[in-house]
This record gives sequence, C-alpha cells and structure tokens, in this order.
Amino acid sequence: MHVTLLITCVVDVVAPEVAESAVRVLRAAGCEVTCDLTQTCCGQPAWNAGFAEEAAAVARPTLAALEAELERGAEAAVVPAGSCATMVRLFWPELFELVGDHDAARRARAVGARTRELSELLADRAGELPPLRLDGDPPAGAARRIALHQSCHMLRELRIAEQPGRLVELVDGCEAVPWEAADRCCGFGGTFSVKLPEASVAMADDKLREVAAVAPDELVGCDTSCLLHLQARAETTGTPVRIRHLAEVLAEALPAAGDDPGAGAGGASEVGTSGGGAGDEGVEG
Amino acid sequence: MSGRHQLPGTTLRQRTAAAVADERLRGNVGRAVDRFATKRVEALAELEDPDGLRSAARAVKQHVLAELPDVLERFADAVLARGGHVCWAPTAADARAYVTDVVRRHGARRVAKSKSMATEEIELNAALEAAGAEVVETDLGEWIIQLADETPSHIIAPALHRDRHQIHDLFVDTVGAEPELGTDPTDLVRFARRRLREVFLAAEVGITGANIGVAETGSIVLVTNEGNEGLVTALPRVHVVVLGMERLTATWDQADLLLTLLARSATGQRLTSYTHVVTGPRTPAERDGPDELHVVILDNGRSELLGGEYHEMLACIRCGACLNVCPVYRQVGGHAYGWVYTGPMGAVLTPLLAHQHAEAAEVAGASTLCGACMDACPVQIPLQDLLLALRRRKAESAGRGERAAWRAWAAAWSDARRYGATTRAATWGRWAAGLAGRLPVGRDWATGRTVPRPAAQRFRDRWKAGL
Repeated sequence: MHVTLLITCVVDVVAPEVAESAVRVLRAAGCEVTCDLTQTCCGQPAWNAGFAEEAAAVARPTLAALEAELERGAEAAVVPAGSCATMVRLFWPELFELVGDHDAARRARAVGARTRELSELLADRAGELPPLRLDGDPPAGAARRIALHQSCHMLRELRIAEQPGRLVELVDGCEAVPWEAADRCCGFGGTFSVKLPEASVAMADDKLREVAAVAPDELVGCDTSCLLHLQARAETTGTPVRIRHLAEVLAEALPAAGDDPGAGAGGASEVGTSGGGAGDEGVEG
Repeated sequence: MSGRHQLPGTTLRQRTAAAVADERLRGNVGRAVDRFATKRVEALAELEDPDGLRSAARAVKQHVLAELPDVLERFADAVLARGGHVCWAPTAADARAYVTDVVRRHGARRVAKSKSMATEEIELNAALEAAGAEVVETDLGEWIIQLADETPSHIIAPALHRDRHQIHDLFVDTVGAEPELGTDPTDLVRFARRRLREVFLAAEVGITGANIGVAETGSIVLVTNEGNEGLVTALPRVHVVVLGMERLTATWDQADLLLTLLARSATGQRLTSYTHVVTGPRTPAERDGPDELHVVILDNGRSELLGGEYHEMLACIRCGACLNVCPVYRQVGGHAYGWVYTGPMGAVLTPLLAHQHAEAAEVAGASTLCGACMDACPVQIPLQDLLLALRRRKAESAGRGERAAWRAWAAAWSDARRYGATTRAATWGRWAAGLAGRLPVGRDWATGRTVPRPAAQRFRDRWKAGL
C-alpha cells in the first residue's frame, strides 16, 4: 500500500522522531511511504482561534500537497496526530466553504475521505506487521505497562477509540492499563494553552495526577501537541513519567534493524522536549 | 476566588487564574461533577436507545423553535384562558419592572423564590430589594449562595463550589445557627428546612422560573428535588413565573420526552423527586394555589438568535450535563466564566446574551474544544461549532497585535519555502518573537511549563537526507 505522510508542523519542528518512527512502522507494515515537502501545516491553530482566512491560507499548500500525492498513486494520507487528521477530515471542508473557496472545499472533501490517523491505519494493517516485542526496560519478565492518553478530537470527532490499545496489545511484553482520566482533555487546546495558561496547567496537573495513580511505565498518545504539553508540565513539577508517541513505542518494538531500511537514529527516543525552563528564546519580543 | 460573577471589569484569564489557585474550590467542584457525571452515564444506560432519544429531543426542540412565535401565542392564549396574566418582556429591565410592579401592587413585603436561572439572568432580587421587599431563595443551594452574597456557580447546583464545612460556617455566621449544629448534611438540611418553612408561610408573592412551558394547556413544569417549588407556588397568594421564551414545547408528548432526558442528564435521576405542573391560578373548585398567576415571557436577546447562526443554542434545556463533563469547568468552577451561565453552555450564552459587557466575547475562549460537552448534551447542541463561530465573531474585532500575528503567520506558512525558512532551528526563535510581537505567548506558555526546543534537524531535513 502506498501512503503519503502529513508530517504536521509540531512533529516536523519539535518532534521529528515521531514521524521517523511512523515511517519505520508503516514500512514494516508493508507500506510504501512518500512525503511531499510542499506541505506546511493544516491551519488548525488559526481555525480554533477564530481566524478562518489565515487558517485557509495555511491549509491550501498542504491540501495541494496531499492531493498531488493521491493523484500520484497514494491510496491514503496518513497523519501521526489525531487532531490534525480531524482538521483535514472534518474541518477543512467547513473552513473552505466559510471563506468562499468552494473549489478547495470540494477537493478537501476528496482528500479527507482518504485521510487516516496513524493508529487507525496501522490497526487495519495489524496483520501485515512483523512480530512486535519490547524487552529490557522493565524488570525482565514484567510487562511494560502503558497508559494511553485518548486525545479529544481523535476520540470524539473521528471516533477512533480502540485502535491505539489494540496496537499496544499487539506488542509482546506490553500491556495497556486502564485509568480514570484516559479520555479527559489534557488542557492543551491550541491557543487555549497560552490564553488561559493557569487553567491549562491545572488541567495537565489533573491528568498527570490521575496517571500517577496507576503508575504506568509510560504515558503514550497519538497527538504530539498534547504530549508536549504534558511533558512540559511534568518536567516543571518533577513528575517522573515517560511520555511518548505511540509510533515511537511501536518503532522500538520492531524486530532489530537489518531487515528495515527505514531504521534510523532517534526512532525510539523520547518526545523531543529538551528540558530546562530557560528556553523561551525571546518569544515575548 | 470571588463567589460572584464579575463581568465587567475582569478578564477571563484573571478569573480562571484566581480559580485554579483555590485548591479547595477545585476539590469541591471535581468531586461534585464526578458524582453527577457518573450517575448521568448510569441513568442514560437504563434507556433502550439513549442516543435515539437525544436525536428525537433535538428534533422536538428544533421543531418548536422553527415555529416559536406561533407556539408562544398558543401558550400565552392558554395561560390567559385559564385566568393567568401574561407579560411579554423584551428586555431584562422590562421583566424586572413588571415583577416589581406586581409585588408593589400587592403591597408584598416578603417574596419567596424557587430556583430560577432566568431570574438570576435579569438580576431580579436586587430590583425587588430596592423596591423594599425581602426576597428569600428557598432552594437550599440558592439560599446558601444568597446568604454568602454569591451568584450561582452551577446552573442546577448553585452552591456546588462549597463543601459542607463551609456551609456550616456560613449558617453560623449569617443566620444564627449554633456552632454545635455540626457538618452532617442531614443536620444542615434540617436546619435550613426549619428556617425556610417560616418564609413559605409568610410570603405574599412566590416567584419561580420554568423548566418547560407547555403551549397546549398553558402549563408550567417545574422540577426540583426539594419540593420547595410546591410551597412557593401553593402558599403565597400571587405566583409569578419568569419563563425564558425558548423554553416551550407545543405538546405534552414533547414535554414528556424532554423530561425523560432532563433529570437523567442533570443529576442521573430517572425523575427528580418532584415534577410540579402549574396550570392557571386556583379555581374555585381547588383548595391550593395562588389567586393570581403572572407569566413573564422573557426575551432579553433570545429572539435575535432565532433562525441565525446561533439558533441551536436556544434548544438548551438547562440540565448542566455539559458543565459536569467539562475539563475546564472542573478546574475553574462557575464564577470564572464571569456571568450567570457557566461551563460550556455559559461559554456560548455569555457572549450572546451579555454582549452589553465588552468582556463577554472572550468567554467563548473558555474551552479546549474537547467535545465532551457535545457528547453529553441531551439535545445534541453543537457547542463546539457554536464556540468556534463565536471565536470567529470575536476575531473580527481582534486587537491589532493579535491580527497582525496571525497574518504574519499565514503569510509565512502559506508557502513551503517560507515555512522552511521560518522553522529552521537557527531562525525559529527570532521569527516566533517577531510574529508574536507584543503578545507574550512565550511567557504565557512558560507559566509552569518548560518550553520545547526545535529539533536541530526537522523531519523534512531528515527526509531529504534520506530515511
């Protein structure tokens, strides 16, 4: 199966190892992966903030890139972020209609119909995956316990609920542990996180407190922006929880390199938040 | 955290920051909404096809709204035919003036109220008190916040932000409860009941809201768990109803459907302890009921929403389910929203109905758009879509700095080459700083969080180098 990758801006700039891992796992699942680098971002930050024209302007090159790839033979566009997949599938048509670009809306509907969130696509292709196994980290013989964060758009807009857990259960040595707040919002919410930072952080604390109650080895999700937000809060409060994208867990669980040309550095590294609180690089201006 | 809604004069950020700093508040709110939300899920699960009922309820509300002027006329005619009086109140001031006039005309000194968000919306109590009447809230939660000089923090559980220890102390401080009263809820309720009984017996006018107005008989449906509405509507000689103009059904069948979902969605009960129907004043053949019934039909901005972009919000049946599942409400409670309606439904209604306050528009930002509210809404209001529409409306009048930032961002990221130039690790920081201009987004992110750094090599660089 030929798939094309929508990288998503956050993964591209801050957590490239997520997309690298996605590529490795997709290839292991028998996919040919292509990627058109004329894509930028799905436009969601502006859409959620109420700036539709700006969102449409940013979404257009990404729409064109995915469309071109589908015309070149890709059967699906795959997105390693539930929220961006939702933007493409559900909100792009509405967005383009709203700004009066009916042609783009029509094209967006066609692209959206063939856009898949990563775990959704992988769960469908579970039979193609090689045996997955995680060794080492926990004491030998103990399962690696994974708490899944079910991100909001993926769960309540795309209704992708079971697939991440099914993939975790595929991994020998891994178990998905149920927890109270798995489906509760982490408090990121795009510009919400900077417009109401105190509330946003309180929501992250709530989520981290709930995850601590089941003490998993890792907190794993399918949306890097949620995970970065939680990681950034966990680093500040010294909460010892490893936070990663599902693609990274699956990539780590692939059979050892040698049979996988995509195995590159960083495939199993943590979500790319470099630590330290001194990193706001003059963004205030 | 102040216990009053504070539009105008404060920002949403100030209010939410103050709320999350109050650990006790967060604990109280979290425990309460969890209880409601859990019971709601259990109660709906008893129904054969809860989602089918929600769709049907939505269809009923949309059908009624589509012919609302007719339904209102039929409702008003039926009230008049039963000997009631009807006031059409275009604004809050009109409604206040009418009710104040009724109270004055009867020379009433004491007014007993049953819980009503519509009367909170029009700030009726202050108007009646200014006219010399003593107004007492008889719903326990409402009485508590009245004693505390607060406003409701939740549309069905107005004192949900207070725990029993705080309520005990309040009773001791304000109404002479003995400190020995204790903090057992049963004792607190018994104390309140004794005090409120005196109010029912003395009141000359009773005021209620309405959960549903049924046009075919001109009836008012009131649901409570305390039975106070029965006394408020039966004992005083005059009963005044303040009814939001959208809270109607044409028929009893429609009302029946809404009642099937209302209590389940609100408190997780099959039915509330009391479902009270008032149809006209007391007839000569009846023993109980008021001599006079006045129904104030409140517009106050609602008719402007009919048929427009925000039309669907008029379907709200005020159950509070969206508050109970909202992860933002859970952390900040109700007062942080700034006005009488709170949680997701308040984030939509405040910009629409309180637009006389410039600060109302930003309340649509009090959501992460997580969608939990839409899944819980018994009439399937697309709350997230409405919030997005309100944010677009607000963006039209955005400050120069914010608009310039989004324009600059769009100019850069609408082209892959410029995107590439702005997202390199070496240039990212400076670009983002220039983009943000005077908006302190970096500092705001860093409020309690580390700042993620761009990777030395973006994914696109690694891809080009060969993966």
